[in-house]
Amino acid sequence: MTASTEAARGAGRRAVEPAARFRDLLASEWLKLWSLRSTYGSMALIAVSAMLFSVRAALADHHNWPGYSAERQAAFDPIHDAFPEEGWLFVILAAGAVGAVAIAGEYASGQIRTTFAAVPARSAVAAAKVLVLATVMLVVGVLTAGVSFGLSQAILADRGAGASLGDPGALRAVVASALLLPVCALIGLGFGALLRHTAPAIVATTGLLLLLPLAFDLENRWTAAIHNALPVPAWERLVANPYIQFNEHLATVPGSWVALAAWPVVATLVAALVVHRREP
Amino acid sequence: MIEIRDLTKRYGRTTAVDRLTLTVRPGHVTGFLGPNGAGKSTTLRLLLGLHRPTSGSTLIDGQRFAARRRGLRHVGALLDAGDVHGGRSARSHLRALAASNAIGRSRVDEVLGEVGLTGVAGRRIGGFSLGMKQRLGIAAALLGDPPTLLFDEPFNGLDPAGVRWVRELFRRLAAEGRTVLVSSHLMSEMEQTAQHLVVIGRGELIADESLAEFAARSVQTQVVVRTPDPAALTVAVREVGADVGTTPEGALMVTGLSPTALGDLAFTRGIPVHELITRSTSLEEAFMNLTADRVDYRAGEHR
Repeated sequence: MTASTEAARGAGRRAVEPAARFRDLLASEWLKLWSLRSTYGSMALIAVSAMLFSVRAALADHHNWPGYSAERQAAFDPIHDAFPEEGWLFVILAAGAVGAVAIAGEYASGQIRTTFAAVPARSAVAAAKVLVLATVMLVVGVLTAGVSFGLSQAILADRGAGASLGDPGALRAVVASALLLPVCALIGLGFGALLRHTAPAIVATTGLLLLLPLAFDLENRWTAAIHNALPVPAWERLVANPYIQFNEHLATVPGSWVALAAWPVVATLVAALVVHRREP
Repeated sequence: MIEIRDLTKRYGRTTAVDRLTLTVRPGHVTGFLGPNGAGKSTTLRLLLGLHRPTSGSTLIDGQRFAARRRGLRHVGALLDAGDVHGGRSARSHLRALAASNAIGRSRVDEVLGEVGLTGVAGRRIGGFSLGMKQRLGIAAALLGDPPTLLFDEPFNGLDPAGVRWVRELFRRLAAEGRTVLVSSHLMSEMEQTAQHLVVIGRGELIADESLAEFAARSVQTQVVVRTPDPAALTVAVREVGADVGTTPEGALMVTGLSPTALGDLAFTRGIPVHELITRSTSLEEAFMNLTADRVDYRAGEHR
Protein backbone atom coordinates (compact mmCIF):
# COMPACT_ATOMS: atom_id res chain seq x y z
CA MET A 1 0.00 0.00 0.00
CA THR A 2 1.43 3.36 -0.97
CA ALA A 3 1.55 6.46 1.17
CA SER A 4 -1.11 8.21 -0.93
CA THR A 5 -3.67 5.43 -0.54
CA GLU A 6 -2.92 5.33 3.18
CA ALA A 7 -3.54 9.04 3.39
CA ALA A 8 -6.76 8.68 1.37
CA ARG A 9 -7.92 5.94 3.69
CA GLY A 10 -7.17 8.03 6.75
CA ALA A 11 -8.97 11.03 5.29
CA GLY A 12 -11.93 8.84 4.35
CA ARG A 13 -12.24 7.56 7.92
CA ARG A 14 -12.25 11.03 9.38
CA ALA A 15 -14.87 12.21 6.89
CA VAL A 16 -17.44 9.57 7.91
CA GLU A 17 -17.44 10.42 11.61
CA PRO A 18 -20.95 11.50 12.58
CA ALA A 19 -21.58 14.38 14.99
CA ALA A 20 -21.39 13.51 18.68
CA ARG A 21 -25.00 13.32 19.82
CA PHE A 22 -26.10 13.24 23.45
CA ARG A 23 -28.93 10.86 22.60
CA ASP A 24 -26.35 8.22 21.60
CA LEU A 25 -25.10 8.34 25.19
CA LEU A 26 -28.68 8.05 26.46
CA ALA A 27 -29.18 4.99 24.23
CA SER A 28 -25.96 3.48 25.55
CA GLU A 29 -26.92 4.03 29.21
CA TRP A 30 -30.39 2.65 28.51
CA LEU A 31 -28.85 -0.52 27.04
CA LYS A 32 -26.46 -0.78 30.00
CA LEU A 33 -29.27 -0.47 32.56
CA TRP A 34 -31.51 -3.08 30.96
CA SER A 35 -28.76 -5.58 30.17
CA LEU A 36 -28.18 -6.33 33.87
CA ARG A 37 -30.35 -8.88 35.63
CA SER A 38 -30.12 -6.97 38.91
CA THR A 39 -32.13 -4.14 37.32
CA TYR A 40 -35.10 -6.42 36.70
CA GLY A 41 -34.82 -7.87 40.21
CA SER A 42 -34.80 -4.43 41.82
CA MET A 43 -37.72 -3.17 39.74
CA ALA A 44 -39.75 -6.28 40.60
CA LEU A 45 -38.93 -5.85 44.31
CA ILE A 46 -40.03 -2.23 44.17
CA ALA A 47 -43.33 -2.86 42.39
CA VAL A 48 -44.30 -6.03 44.24
CA SER A 49 -43.42 -4.87 47.76
CA ALA A 50 -45.16 -1.50 47.36
CA MET A 51 -48.37 -2.98 46.00
CA LEU A 52 -48.41 -6.04 48.24
CA PHE A 53 -47.97 -4.13 51.48
CA SER A 54 -50.50 -1.43 50.59
CA VAL A 55 -53.10 -4.07 49.67
CA ARG A 56 -52.33 -5.93 52.91
CA ALA A 57 -52.72 -2.75 55.01
CA ALA A 58 -55.98 -1.85 53.26
CA LEU A 59 -57.37 -5.38 53.66
CA ALA A 60 -56.51 -5.37 57.38
CA ASP A 61 -58.38 -2.10 57.95
CA HIS A 62 -61.23 -3.33 55.76
CA HIS A 63 -61.49 -6.46 57.89
CA ASN A 64 -61.26 -4.65 61.24
CA TRP A 65 -63.41 -1.65 60.25
CA PRO A 66 -66.68 -2.78 61.96
CA GLY A 67 -64.77 -3.15 65.24
CA TYR A 68 -63.28 0.39 65.18
CA SER A 69 -64.81 2.99 67.52
CA ALA A 70 -66.52 6.04 66.05
CA GLU A 71 -63.56 8.24 67.08
CA ARG A 72 -61.10 5.89 65.47
CA GLN A 73 -63.14 5.76 62.27
CA ALA A 74 -63.27 9.57 62.24
CA ALA A 75 -59.49 9.90 62.68
CA PHE A 76 -58.69 7.11 60.19
CA ASP A 77 -55.94 7.98 57.66
CA PRO A 78 -56.69 6.10 54.42
CA ILE A 79 -53.59 7.53 52.70
CA HIS A 80 -51.38 5.73 55.21
CA ASP A 81 -52.66 2.42 53.86
CA ALA A 82 -51.51 3.39 50.35
CA PHE A 83 -47.91 3.94 51.44
CA PRO A 84 -47.22 1.87 54.58
CA GLU A 85 -43.64 2.26 55.85
CA GLU A 86 -43.03 -1.49 56.15
CA GLY A 87 -43.55 -1.90 52.40
CA TRP A 88 -41.73 1.25 51.41
CA LEU A 89 -38.63 0.21 53.34
CA PHE A 90 -38.10 -2.29 50.52
CA VAL A 91 -38.87 0.32 47.88
CA ILE A 92 -36.37 2.79 49.36
CA LEU A 93 -33.72 0.10 49.77
CA ALA A 94 -34.11 -1.22 46.22
CA ALA A 95 -34.27 2.22 44.59
CA GLY A 96 -31.13 3.35 46.43
CA ALA A 97 -29.36 0.13 45.46
CA VAL A 98 -30.25 0.54 41.76
CA GLY A 99 -28.60 3.96 41.79
CA ALA A 100 -25.54 2.81 43.74
CA VAL A 101 -25.01 -0.21 41.49
CA ALA A 102 -25.50 1.84 38.30
CA ILE A 103 -22.18 3.59 38.81
CA ALA A 104 -20.27 1.73 41.54
CA GLY A 105 -20.63 -1.50 39.57
CA GLU A 106 -19.05 0.21 36.59
CA TYR A 107 -16.13 1.53 38.64
CA ALA A 108 -15.59 -1.67 40.64
CA SER A 109 -15.51 -3.88 37.53
CA GLY A 110 -13.19 -1.58 35.57
CA GLN A 111 -15.89 -1.16 32.90
CA ILE A 112 -15.64 2.59 33.49
CA ARG A 113 -12.20 2.69 31.77
CA THR A 114 -13.66 0.94 28.73
CA THR A 115 -16.55 3.42 28.79
CA PHE A 116 -14.29 6.49 29.01
CA ALA A 117 -11.94 5.17 26.32
CA ALA A 118 -15.00 5.02 24.04
CA VAL A 119 -16.38 8.38 25.22
CA PRO A 120 -13.67 10.71 26.54
CA ALA A 121 -16.33 13.31 27.43
CA ARG A 122 -16.80 12.03 30.99
CA SER A 123 -19.28 14.66 32.14
CA ALA A 124 -21.56 13.84 29.22
CA VAL A 125 -21.49 10.16 30.22
CA ALA A 126 -22.36 11.08 33.81
CA ALA A 127 -25.20 13.34 32.64
CA ALA A 128 -26.64 10.59 30.43
CA LYS A 129 -26.45 8.10 33.29
CA VAL A 130 -28.24 10.49 35.67
CA LEU A 131 -30.93 11.29 33.13
CA VAL A 132 -31.67 7.67 32.20
CA LEU A 133 -31.69 6.53 35.82
CA ALA A 134 -33.88 9.41 37.02
CA THR A 135 -36.37 8.99 34.17
CA VAL A 136 -36.70 5.22 34.53
CA MET A 137 -37.10 5.49 38.30
CA LEU A 138 -39.67 8.27 37.94
CA VAL A 139 -41.76 6.17 35.55
CA VAL A 140 -41.53 3.17 37.89
CA GLY A 141 -42.33 5.51 40.80
CA VAL A 142 -45.45 6.95 39.14
CA LEU A 143 -46.73 3.47 38.27
CA THR A 144 -45.92 2.03 41.71
CA ALA A 145 -47.36 4.93 43.71
CA GLY A 146 -50.42 5.27 41.46
CA VAL A 147 -51.30 1.57 41.51
CA SER A 148 -50.66 1.29 45.29
CA PHE A 149 -52.94 4.24 45.93
CA GLY A 150 -55.62 3.00 43.55
CA LEU A 151 -55.70 -0.57 44.90
CA SER A 152 -55.68 0.38 48.59
CA GLN A 153 -58.35 3.07 48.24
CA ALA A 154 -60.57 0.80 46.13
CA ILE A 155 -60.49 -1.77 48.95
CA LEU A 156 -61.23 0.90 51.61
CA ALA A 157 -64.00 2.44 49.47
CA ASP A 158 -66.02 -0.69 50.20
CA ARG A 159 -66.25 0.57 53.82
CA GLY A 160 -66.73 4.16 52.71
CA ALA A 161 -63.28 4.96 54.11
CA GLY A 162 -61.27 5.36 50.90
CA ALA A 163 -59.73 8.61 49.68
CA SER A 164 -59.74 9.92 46.12
CA LEU A 165 -56.95 11.92 44.47
CA GLY A 166 -59.04 15.08 45.02
CA ASP A 167 -59.04 14.68 48.80
CA PRO A 168 -56.71 16.88 50.86
CA GLY A 169 -53.15 15.54 50.83
CA ALA A 170 -53.90 12.59 48.54
CA LEU A 171 -52.32 13.90 45.35
CA ARG A 172 -49.40 15.27 47.40
CA ALA A 173 -48.79 11.81 48.86
CA VAL A 174 -48.87 10.10 45.46
CA VAL A 175 -46.53 12.67 43.88
CA ALA A 176 -44.08 12.57 46.80
CA SER A 177 -44.05 8.76 46.72
CA ALA A 178 -43.49 8.67 42.95
CA LEU A 179 -40.62 11.14 43.35
CA LEU A 180 -39.07 9.19 46.22
CA LEU A 181 -37.80 6.53 43.79
CA PRO A 182 -35.62 8.82 41.62
CA VAL A 183 -34.58 10.69 44.79
CA CYS A 184 -33.30 7.49 46.43
CA ALA A 185 -31.70 6.28 43.18
CA LEU A 186 -29.79 9.54 42.67
CA ILE A 187 -28.59 9.53 46.29
CA GLY A 188 -27.37 5.97 45.63
CA LEU A 189 -25.65 7.18 42.46
CA GLY A 190 -23.89 9.94 44.43
CA PHE A 191 -22.53 7.45 46.97
CA GLY A 192 -21.67 5.02 44.17
CA ALA A 193 -19.58 7.62 42.34
CA LEU A 194 -17.93 8.71 45.57
CA LEU A 195 -17.11 5.25 46.96
CA ARG A 196 -16.68 3.29 43.69
CA HIS A 197 -17.41 -0.05 45.31
CA THR A 198 -20.84 -1.61 45.24
CA ALA A 199 -21.21 -2.91 48.81
CA PRO A 200 -19.96 0.22 50.62
CA ALA A 201 -22.10 2.38 48.33
CA ILE A 202 -25.25 0.40 49.16
CA VAL A 203 -24.42 0.46 52.89
CA ALA A 204 -23.88 4.24 52.85
CA THR A 205 -27.08 4.81 50.87
CA THR A 206 -29.12 2.61 53.18
CA GLY A 207 -27.52 4.28 56.18
CA LEU A 208 -28.53 7.75 55.05
CA LEU A 209 -32.00 6.80 53.86
CA LEU A 210 -33.17 4.34 56.50
CA LEU A 211 -30.89 4.34 59.55
CA LEU A 212 -29.86 7.96 60.05
CA PRO A 213 -33.46 9.21 60.58
CA LEU A 214 -33.64 6.97 63.69
CA ALA A 215 -30.64 8.68 65.27
CA PHE A 216 -32.27 12.01 66.07
CA ASP A 217 -34.18 13.09 69.16
CA LEU A 218 -37.50 14.49 67.95
CA GLU A 219 -38.19 16.25 71.28
CA ASN A 220 -35.27 18.61 70.70
CA ARG A 221 -36.00 21.38 68.25
CA TRP A 222 -32.58 21.31 66.53
CA THR A 223 -32.13 17.58 66.16
CA ALA A 224 -35.74 17.38 64.96
CA ALA A 225 -34.92 19.99 62.30
CA ILE A 226 -32.02 17.87 61.01
CA HIS A 227 -34.27 14.81 61.05
CA ASN A 228 -36.92 16.66 59.05
CA ALA A 229 -34.36 17.66 56.43
CA LEU A 230 -33.44 14.03 55.68
CA PRO A 231 -34.97 12.58 52.50
CA VAL A 232 -37.12 9.79 53.94
CA PRO A 233 -38.57 11.87 56.84
CA ALA A 234 -39.36 14.58 54.27
CA TRP A 235 -41.27 12.01 52.22
CA GLU A 236 -43.07 10.74 55.37
CA ARG A 237 -44.18 14.28 56.13
CA LEU A 238 -45.56 14.74 52.60
CA VAL A 239 -47.42 11.42 52.68
CA ALA A 240 -49.03 12.13 56.07
CA ASN A 241 -52.68 13.02 56.28
CA PRO A 242 -52.91 16.83 56.64
CA TYR A 243 -55.01 16.46 59.82
CA ILE A 244 -52.52 14.32 61.68
CA GLN A 245 -49.91 15.90 63.93
CA PHE A 246 -46.88 13.61 64.58
CA ASN A 247 -44.73 15.70 66.90
CA GLU A 248 -44.43 19.29 68.02
CA HIS A 249 -41.47 20.03 65.69
CA LEU A 250 -43.30 18.97 62.55
CA ALA A 251 -41.71 20.15 59.31
CA THR A 252 -43.62 22.44 56.97
CA VAL A 253 -44.87 21.04 53.67
CA PRO A 254 -42.86 23.45 51.49
CA GLY A 255 -39.78 22.75 53.62
CA SER A 256 -40.23 19.03 53.05
CA TRP A 257 -40.53 19.52 49.28
CA VAL A 258 -37.28 21.49 49.34
CA ALA A 259 -35.55 18.75 51.34
CA LEU A 260 -36.81 16.07 48.95
CA ALA A 261 -35.52 18.04 45.96
CA ALA A 262 -32.22 19.19 47.45
CA TRP A 263 -30.81 15.72 48.19
CA PRO A 264 -30.81 14.40 44.62
CA VAL A 265 -29.49 17.73 43.32
CA VAL A 266 -26.55 17.63 45.74
CA ALA A 267 -25.95 13.92 45.02
CA THR A 268 -25.93 14.57 41.26
CA LEU A 269 -23.48 17.45 41.63
CA VAL A 270 -21.18 15.30 43.79
CA ALA A 271 -21.32 12.50 41.21
CA ALA A 272 -20.61 14.88 38.31
CA LEU A 273 -17.68 16.43 40.17
CA VAL A 274 -15.95 13.19 41.19
CA VAL A 275 -16.52 11.52 37.81
CA HIS A 276 -14.93 14.50 36.11
CA ARG A 277 -12.06 15.04 38.51
CA ARG A 278 -10.88 11.64 39.74
CA GLU A 279 -8.86 9.24 37.61
CA PRO A 280 -10.82 6.09 36.82
CA MET B 1 0.54 8.46 14.55
CA ILE B 2 1.16 8.73 18.27
CA GLU B 3 3.40 11.50 19.61
CA ILE B 4 4.54 11.47 23.22
CA ARG B 5 6.58 14.47 24.39
CA ASP B 6 8.39 14.69 27.74
CA LEU B 7 5.69 12.66 29.39
CA THR B 8 6.02 12.32 33.16
CA LYS B 9 3.58 10.76 35.60
CA ARG B 10 4.17 10.62 39.32
CA TYR B 11 1.91 8.94 41.89
CA GLY B 12 3.03 10.44 45.19
CA ARG B 13 6.75 9.66 45.40
CA THR B 14 6.67 6.96 42.73
CA THR B 15 7.61 8.00 39.20
CA ALA B 16 5.76 5.69 36.83
CA VAL B 17 6.75 7.46 33.60
CA ASP B 18 9.84 9.64 33.43
CA ARG B 19 10.28 12.25 30.63
CA LEU B 20 9.26 9.80 27.92
CA THR B 21 9.52 11.09 24.36
CA LEU B 22 8.40 8.80 21.62
CA THR B 23 6.76 8.71 18.20
CA VAL B 24 4.79 5.67 17.06
CA ARG B 25 4.29 5.60 13.30
CA PRO B 26 1.61 3.95 11.21
CA GLY B 27 2.20 1.06 8.86
CA HIS B 28 3.91 -1.39 11.16
CA VAL B 29 3.32 -3.10 14.46
CA THR B 30 5.23 -1.39 17.25
CA GLY B 31 6.08 -3.57 20.22
CA PHE B 32 6.07 -1.75 23.54
CA LEU B 33 8.32 -3.71 25.86
CA GLY B 34 9.42 -3.48 29.43
CA PRO B 35 9.46 -5.55 32.60
CA ASN B 36 6.50 -5.50 34.99
CA GLY B 37 6.12 -2.06 36.49
CA ALA B 38 8.11 -0.35 33.73
CA GLY B 39 5.27 2.09 33.05
CA LYS B 40 3.73 0.57 29.91
CA SER B 41 0.15 0.46 31.16
CA THR B 42 0.47 3.91 32.71
CA THR B 43 1.69 5.31 29.38
CA LEU B 44 -1.29 3.77 27.57
CA ARG B 45 -3.72 5.17 30.18
CA LEU B 46 -2.14 8.60 29.79
CA LEU B 47 -2.53 8.33 26.01
CA LEU B 48 -6.25 7.69 26.45
CA GLY B 49 -6.69 10.53 28.93
CA LEU B 50 -7.78 8.12 31.66
CA HIS B 51 -4.99 9.48 33.83
CA ARG B 52 -3.68 13.02 33.75
CA PRO B 53 0.05 13.49 33.16
CA THR B 54 2.15 15.28 35.79
CA SER B 55 3.82 17.03 32.85
CA GLY B 56 4.34 16.57 29.14
CA SER B 57 1.85 15.81 26.39
CA THR B 58 0.44 13.05 24.24
CA LEU B 59 -1.11 13.46 20.82
CA ILE B 60 -2.89 10.90 18.68
CA ASP B 61 -3.23 11.97 15.05
CA GLY B 62 -2.34 15.50 16.12
CA GLN B 63 -5.02 15.78 18.83
CA ARG B 64 -5.23 15.18 22.53
CA PHE B 65 -7.45 12.10 22.82
CA ALA B 66 -9.11 13.38 26.02
CA ALA B 67 -10.36 16.42 24.07
CA ARG B 68 -12.34 14.24 21.66
CA ARG B 69 -16.03 13.82 22.36
CA ARG B 70 -16.20 10.27 21.02
CA GLY B 71 -13.27 7.89 20.85
CA LEU B 72 -14.00 4.62 19.06
CA ARG B 73 -13.53 5.96 15.51
CA HIS B 74 -10.14 7.43 16.46
CA VAL B 75 -8.56 4.91 18.80
CA GLY B 76 -9.42 1.31 19.55
CA ALA B 77 -7.97 0.15 22.83
CA LEU B 78 -7.73 -3.05 24.81
CA LEU B 79 -6.21 -1.99 28.12
CA ASP B 80 -7.31 -4.83 30.37
CA ALA B 81 -9.55 -7.68 29.29
CA GLY B 82 -11.07 -7.57 32.78
CA ASP B 83 -12.34 -4.00 32.33
CA VAL B 84 -15.86 -5.21 31.60
CA HIS B 85 -19.00 -5.69 33.67
CA GLY B 86 -19.32 -9.45 34.16
CA GLY B 87 -23.11 -9.28 34.39
CA ARG B 88 -23.65 -8.38 30.74
CA SER B 89 -23.56 -10.63 27.71
CA ALA B 90 -20.79 -10.07 25.17
CA ARG B 91 -23.34 -8.77 22.67
CA SER B 92 -24.96 -6.33 25.15
CA HIS B 93 -21.55 -5.05 26.20
CA LEU B 94 -20.55 -4.31 22.61
CA ARG B 95 -23.97 -2.87 21.72
CA ALA B 96 -23.81 -0.38 24.59
CA LEU B 97 -20.30 0.66 23.54
CA ALA B 98 -21.30 0.91 19.88
CA ALA B 99 -24.43 2.92 20.67
CA SER B 100 -22.41 5.56 22.54
CA ASN B 101 -20.41 6.21 19.36
CA ALA B 102 -23.33 5.96 16.92
CA ILE B 103 -22.10 2.64 15.55
CA GLY B 104 -24.80 0.28 14.26
CA ARG B 105 -25.72 -3.18 15.51
CA SER B 106 -24.57 -4.87 12.30
CA ARG B 107 -21.01 -3.77 13.11
CA VAL B 108 -21.32 -5.47 16.53
CA ASP B 109 -22.21 -8.78 14.86
CA GLU B 110 -19.36 -8.24 12.39
CA VAL B 111 -16.66 -7.83 15.05
CA LEU B 112 -18.10 -10.69 17.11
CA GLY B 113 -17.64 -12.86 14.03
CA GLU B 114 -14.17 -11.53 13.39
CA VAL B 115 -12.93 -12.52 16.86
CA GLY B 116 -14.82 -15.82 16.85
CA LEU B 117 -17.28 -15.08 19.66
CA THR B 118 -20.54 -15.29 17.68
CA GLY B 119 -21.45 -18.62 19.31
CA VAL B 120 -21.15 -17.26 22.87
CA ALA B 121 -22.35 -13.69 22.21
CA GLY B 122 -25.44 -14.19 24.37
CA ARG B 123 -23.53 -15.54 27.38
CA ARG B 124 -22.58 -13.45 30.38
CA ILE B 125 -18.98 -12.18 30.27
CA GLY B 126 -18.48 -13.20 33.91
CA GLY B 127 -18.30 -16.82 32.77
CA PHE B 128 -15.70 -16.17 30.05
CA SER B 129 -12.11 -17.45 30.20
CA LEU B 130 -9.29 -14.89 30.02
CA GLY B 131 -8.71 -15.83 26.38
CA MET B 132 -12.37 -15.18 25.52
CA LYS B 133 -12.24 -11.85 27.36
CA GLN B 134 -9.14 -10.89 25.33
CA ARG B 135 -11.07 -11.65 22.14
CA LEU B 136 -13.98 -9.54 23.40
CA GLY B 137 -11.59 -6.68 24.17
CA ILE B 138 -10.13 -6.92 20.67
CA ALA B 139 -13.67 -6.89 19.22
CA ALA B 140 -14.39 -3.69 21.18
CA ALA B 141 -11.18 -2.10 19.88
CA LEU B 142 -12.18 -2.91 16.29
CA LEU B 143 -15.76 -1.53 16.60
CA GLY B 144 -15.01 1.94 15.27
CA ASP B 145 -12.58 0.77 12.53
CA PRO B 146 -10.03 3.22 14.01
CA PRO B 147 -6.70 4.35 12.47
CA THR B 148 -4.91 3.83 15.80
CA LEU B 149 -5.02 0.70 17.95
CA LEU B 150 -3.58 0.14 21.44
CA PHE B 151 -3.28 -3.28 23.01
CA ASP B 152 -1.96 -3.91 26.52
CA GLU B 153 -0.67 -7.47 27.00
CA PRO B 154 -3.15 -8.92 24.48
CA PHE B 155 -1.53 -12.36 24.41
CA ASN B 156 -2.26 -13.18 28.08
CA GLY B 157 -4.56 -16.16 28.35
CA LEU B 158 -4.69 -16.96 24.63
CA ASP B 159 -4.06 -20.49 23.39
CA PRO B 160 -1.36 -21.01 20.70
CA ALA B 161 -3.92 -20.80 17.90
CA GLY B 162 -5.25 -17.60 19.44
CA VAL B 163 -1.75 -16.10 19.72
CA ARG B 164 -1.15 -16.83 16.06
CA TRP B 165 -4.49 -15.34 15.04
CA VAL B 166 -3.78 -12.16 17.05
CA ARG B 167 -0.32 -11.81 15.48
CA GLU B 168 -1.75 -12.06 11.98
CA LEU B 169 -4.54 -9.64 12.86
CA PHE B 170 -2.06 -7.03 14.18
CA ARG B 171 0.12 -7.33 11.10
CA ARG B 172 -2.90 -7.02 8.82
CA LEU B 173 -4.15 -3.93 10.69
CA ALA B 174 -0.70 -2.34 10.39
CA ALA B 175 -0.46 -3.24 6.71
CA GLU B 176 -3.73 -1.36 6.18
CA GLY B 177 -1.88 1.78 7.24
CA ARG B 178 -2.95 1.91 10.86
CA THR B 179 -0.83 2.71 13.89
CA VAL B 180 -0.64 -0.42 16.05
CA LEU B 181 1.00 -0.31 19.49
CA VAL B 182 1.20 -3.60 21.38
CA SER B 183 2.64 -3.85 24.88
CA SER B 184 4.21 -6.95 26.36
CA HIS B 185 6.70 -7.96 29.00
CA LEU B 186 7.85 -10.93 26.92
CA MET B 187 10.27 -10.42 24.03
CA SER B 188 9.44 -13.88 22.68
CA GLU B 189 5.90 -12.67 21.92
CA MET B 190 7.09 -9.50 20.24
CA GLU B 191 9.81 -11.15 18.16
CA GLN B 192 7.26 -12.63 15.80
CA THR B 193 4.73 -9.80 15.96
CA ALA B 194 6.46 -6.43 15.93
CA GLN B 195 8.52 -4.77 13.24
CA HIS B 196 9.51 -1.91 15.52
CA LEU B 197 10.46 -1.98 19.19
CA VAL B 198 10.13 0.52 21.98
CA VAL B 199 11.72 -0.63 25.23
CA ILE B 200 11.20 1.14 28.53
CA GLY B 201 12.41 0.41 32.05
CA ARG B 202 11.47 2.28 35.22
CA GLY B 203 9.46 4.70 33.12
CA GLU B 204 12.42 5.72 30.94
CA LEU B 205 13.07 5.04 27.27
CA ILE B 206 15.81 2.44 26.70
CA ALA B 207 15.46 1.62 23.02
CA ASP B 208 13.38 2.86 20.06
CA GLU B 209 14.40 1.14 16.84
CA SER B 210 13.41 -1.48 14.31
CA LEU B 211 13.52 -5.10 15.36
CA ALA B 212 16.45 -5.65 12.95
CA GLU B 213 18.43 -2.75 14.41
CA PHE B 214 17.71 -3.91 17.93
CA ALA B 215 18.92 -7.40 17.05
CA ALA B 216 22.08 -6.12 15.36
CA ARG B 217 22.91 -3.86 18.29
CA SER B 218 22.02 -6.06 21.21
CA VAL B 219 22.55 -9.62 20.16
CA GLN B 220 26.05 -10.82 21.04
CA THR B 221 27.92 -13.65 19.41
CA GLN B 222 29.67 -15.96 21.83
CA VAL B 223 32.02 -18.84 21.25
CA VAL B 224 31.72 -21.94 23.40
CA VAL B 225 34.98 -23.83 23.59
CA ARG B 226 35.90 -27.12 25.27
CA THR B 227 39.48 -27.69 26.25
CA PRO B 228 41.33 -30.03 28.66
CA ASP B 229 43.24 -26.97 29.97
CA PRO B 230 40.61 -24.29 30.68
CA ALA B 231 42.86 -22.38 33.11
CA ALA B 232 45.52 -21.70 30.44
CA LEU B 233 42.94 -20.69 27.81
CA THR B 234 41.19 -18.37 30.29
CA VAL B 235 44.47 -16.56 30.96
CA ALA B 236 45.20 -16.33 27.23
CA VAL B 237 41.76 -14.96 26.37
CA ARG B 238 41.93 -12.35 29.11
CA GLU B 239 45.39 -11.26 27.95
CA VAL B 240 43.95 -10.27 24.55
CA GLY B 241 41.14 -8.33 26.21
CA ALA B 242 38.15 -10.63 25.69
CA ASP B 243 35.65 -11.85 28.30
CA VAL B 244 35.35 -15.43 29.39
CA GLY B 245 32.91 -17.36 31.52
CA THR B 246 31.96 -20.99 32.06
CA THR B 247 28.88 -22.85 30.87
CA PRO B 248 27.01 -25.15 33.27
CA GLU B 249 28.61 -28.09 31.42
CA GLY B 250 32.13 -26.87 32.27
CA ALA B 251 33.03 -25.46 28.84
CA LEU B 252 34.35 -21.89 28.43
CA MET B 253 32.14 -19.19 26.92
CA VAL B 254 34.10 -16.41 25.21
CA THR B 255 32.68 -13.04 24.28
CA GLY B 256 34.57 -10.56 22.10
CA LEU B 257 36.57 -12.92 19.93
CA SER B 258 35.62 -14.49 16.62
CA PRO B 259 35.93 -18.29 16.39
CA THR B 260 38.82 -17.85 13.98
CA ALA B 261 40.74 -15.56 16.34
CA LEU B 262 40.04 -17.88 19.28
CA GLY B 263 41.18 -20.96 17.34
CA ASP B 264 44.38 -19.20 16.27
CA LEU B 265 45.03 -17.99 19.80
CA ALA B 266 44.72 -21.53 21.22
CA PHE B 267 46.99 -22.89 18.48
CA THR B 268 49.80 -20.34 19.09
CA ARG B 269 49.67 -20.99 22.85
CA GLY B 270 49.66 -24.75 22.29
CA ILE B 271 46.36 -25.30 24.07
CA PRO B 272 44.35 -28.26 22.70
CA VAL B 273 40.79 -27.49 21.61
CA HIS B 274 38.19 -30.29 21.46
CA GLU B 275 35.11 -28.35 20.43
CA LEU B 276 34.40 -24.84 19.13
CA ILE B 277 30.78 -23.64 18.71
CA THR B 278 29.44 -20.18 17.99
CA ARG B 279 26.10 -19.22 19.43
CA SER B 280 24.07 -16.01 19.53
CA THR B 281 22.21 -14.73 22.57
CA SER B 282 18.47 -14.67 21.93
CA LEU B 283 16.57 -11.42 21.65
CA GLU B 284 14.96 -12.44 24.92
CA GLU B 285 18.38 -12.50 26.62
CA ALA B 286 19.34 -9.22 25.01
CA PHE B 287 16.13 -7.67 26.31
CA MET B 288 16.71 -9.14 29.77
CA ASN B 289 20.27 -7.79 29.89
CA LEU B 290 19.14 -4.39 28.71
CA THR B 291 16.34 -3.98 31.24
CA ALA B 292 18.22 -5.70 34.08
CA ASP B 293 21.06 -3.19 33.65
CA ARG B 294 18.60 -0.35 33.86
CA VAL B 295 16.88 -1.69 36.94
CA ASP B 296 20.20 -2.40 38.73
CA TYR B 297 21.55 1.02 37.82
CA ARG B 298 18.44 2.72 39.15
CA ALA B 299 18.41 0.68 42.35
CA GLY B 300 22.10 1.49 42.96
CA GLU B 301 21.53 5.18 42.43
CA HIS B 302 18.77 5.34 45.04
CA ARG B 303 21.05 3.89 47.70
